[in-house]
Amino acid sequence: MASLILMPALSPTMTEGTIARWTRNPGDAVQSGDVIAEIETDKATMEVEATEDGIFGKIIVDAGTENVAVNTPIAVLLEDGEDSSAADALLTGSSASSANVSSHNEPKADAPVAAAPAAKAIEAEKEWGPTRDITVREALRDAMAAELRRDEDVFLLGEEVAQYQGAYKVSQGLLDEFGEKRVIDTPITEHGFAGMAVGAALTGLKPIVEFMTMNFALQAVDHIINSAAKTLYMSGGQMGCPIVFRGPNGAAARVGAQHSQCFASWYAHVPGLKVVAPWSSADAKGLLRAAIRDPNPVVVLENEILYGQKFPCPEDEDFIVPIGKAKIEREGKDVTLVAFSIMVGVALEAAAKLAEEGIEAEVINLRTIRPLDTETIINSVKKTNRVVSVEEGWPVAGIGSEICTVAVEQAFDWLDAPPARVCGLDIPLPYAANLEKLALPKPDWVVDAVRKLFRD
Amino acid sequence: MDETASVPVKGNGPALAPETMKRAYKDMLLVRRFEEKAGQLYGMGLIGGFCHLYIGQEAVVVGLGLHMKQGDKSITSYRDHGQMLVAGMTPRGVMAELTGREGGYSRGKGGSMHMFSREKEFYGGHGIVGAQVALGTGLAFANKYRGTDEVAIVYFGEGASSQGQVFESFNLAALHKLPCVYVIENNRYGMGTSIERASASKDLSRNGAAWNIPGRKVDGMDVLAVHQAAQEAIAHCRAGKGPYLLEMETYRYRGHSMSDPAKYRARDEVEEMRRTRDPIETLKAEMAKWGIDPAEMKSIDDDVKAVIADAVDYAKTCPEPDPSELWTDILVEG
Ligand SMILES: Cc1ncc(C[n+]2csc(CCOP(=O)(O)OP(=O)(O)O)c2C)c(N)n1
Ligand SMILES: [Mg+2]
Repeated sequence: MASLILMPALSPTMTEGTIARWTRNPGDAVQSGDVIAEIETDKATMEVEATEDGIFGKIIVDAGTENVAVNTPIAVLLEDGEDSSAADALLTGSSASSANVSSHNEPKADAPVAAAPAAKAIEAEKEWGPTRDITVREALRDAMAAELRRDEDVFLLGEEVAQYQGAYKVSQGLLDEFGEKRVIDTPITEHGFAGMAVGAALTGLKPIVEFMTMNFALQAVDHIINSAAKTLYMSGGQMGCPIVFRGPNGAAARVGAQHSQCFASWYAHVPGLKVVAPWSSADAKGLLRAAIRDPNPVVVLENEILYGQKFPCPEDEDFIVPIGKAKIEREGKDVTLVAFSIMVGVALEAAAKLAEEGIEAEVINLRTIRPLDTETIINSVKKTNRVVSVEEGWPVAGIGSEICTVAVEQAFDWLDAPPARVCGLDIPLPYAANLEKLALPKPDWVVDAVRKLFRD
Repeated sequence: MDETASVPVKGNGPALAPETMKRAYKDMLLVRRFEEKAGQLYGMGLIGGFCHLYIGQEAVVVGLGLHMKQGDKSITSYRDHGQMLVAGMTPRGVMAELTGREGGYSRGKGGSMHMFSREKEFYGGHGIVGAQVALGTGLAFANKYRGTDEVAIVYFGEGASSQGQVFESFNLAALHKLPCVYVIENNRYGMGTSIERASASKDLSRNGAAWNIPGRKVDGMDVLAVHQAAQEAIAHCRAGKGPYLLEMETYRYRGHSMSDPAKYRARDEVEEMRRTRDPIETLKAEMAKWGIDPAEMKSIDDDVKAVIADAVDYAKTCPEPDPSELWTDILVEG
């Protein structure tokens, strides 16, 4: 049967073009793939191919015609044995313009915009029994050691993690116990080793990638986001990426702007990633174990200043902290302070000062940044009617912005004052001791922010 | 012999067994016909976005495929349809992904540039130029970690060969003696930029020389030459001797993607390549020389045509993904 040749779309955005010339004449035999015409757009000259075998029957749109819309019939293709009357019949037939036109499947306008499914409930943390005081550094090391023991597919790689025992001594003793197959010193090649680790994870291995600090992960951020976070989706669920990216995040002490940045909101932005930020030793041990076991890419934002601090940590060998669950570190009825990582300590100090003034602050340790435990935050805000977020990072589009939005969206009617943020100053972190101190949140900033909420 | 010296493999290496030649012919034809159809479906509006065709480069992936065994892994860029077909992924599933349908390998969520098959050990399908080189190095790392003799074949363009992470990968692979065959598909252009304007390296096969990675320049338009080089490279990797680099001198007939102004090269250059170096025609001549019956070739042609026609039908009629698919596969549950 005769069929129509339509003006093709030859680029992602082409809507019309000019027929520059026909390269075949009516009566010519053509095969699928033969070039039959050239068309021009504002961007390019392109060739039009026959998509079926047949006889080039009739030209409908002459060479030189401009602004021919995509999908306009431009010629007729005849089957062997048909003559031009078949072309005429096709063109005069009532269904001419729709005959054999393969229609592009436009998304149905009335298709429901599927809403995000409700987050699965995460079990509350159980009681873990007796604790022992250990440093955050030891907690992280113990977590890795426990998981390395538990699963042969887990390995650690990064700069100075093996022989040197970790630039911050977090991987102390691991090389001795697990050997160089599983505790691997890398060259200084963040982009390369992160990509290599992601590739290994796509095959089912479970790498722990240590960045000497998260600042250097910027060189690897393409693999964290484009390769690790998105591949499961792009593969229709085939290619999971069980990997951990960890390292100290945020300001250390007097190391200047390039070595002092909080990346929480950067990674929190990305669907396909989980992000955790431990504060205490228990957080560090429990969250890192959960991160290593998680079948998804997890970014673990540690803090160098906390490494040497001691906190009680459950001794139970199975101790683990579920990802996605915040922890109320101090209960209170007057205001909710939402913090993560080192700022949990700042918020707790602020809460102690506020208590002296008769204000009982509830302090939430987020533990997980993504997925955010909005339930815990909102329940608290509904009780206290006031909320202040506390973070070390910059204010613009920060985690505080998200917390304030969540409070306004989900607890507007319970709020007695606008949500407030305490953040690091909106500047690259300075070196000078006095300037650095002035740039980072301290308990008094939190106290001031809370007082303001009660003043109006 | 200096292992890193580039030894151009002449196009008249040892001929393959007739059955293998037929297989190579069939695979190259499958890729060619598939890509032609993809281009046409694009024109009909059934395929959108970026769509990079492999036409002209078929001998590369087919020649390497002849030496891959179960468990070997491969990975490439966005110019990936040929790699997938040769990895054994079905034309139906690949074409349906191109049309964005639920029967596609990624259930319509990846598109032309992003397809994968756990079963066939094909690891994508990557849109970031050069990313697959570090990832592919990780595939080789995993092979070694697991103690198998499986190899990873990592394809990338001569344009990608300038990426820093490619050199980082060479270093890592050499340090750890990873079983990784790096295949530079030098089709002379990265979009509109010719290799001369993009790389100060005059011989890409030596780009791993600093790490003592043996390299070879190969006539990538001749599947027999590719076969010979692939055999050597893969055997080297399987034997645990570390990575190997193959520079395939090849050519893409079509534009970089479907929207290519083609102002950067003369039409004659393309025509000349098609006429004198076409990988399928070259193999056909070789097969004739070895007395393979033209009728057999014709029957291969017909088989391939039928397979492609079936894939196109499937890809046109398969439903689009359900809206609920928006929210699946973001995280692995559990
Ligand atoms: C990191 C990155 N930069 C730029 C691009 C845009 N881009 C896509 S393909 C391409 C050319 C790559 O050429 P080559 O590596 O030779 O591969 P070929 O397309 O020839 O197969 C460019 C610049 C990209 N996708 N990723
Ligand atoms: Mg190229």
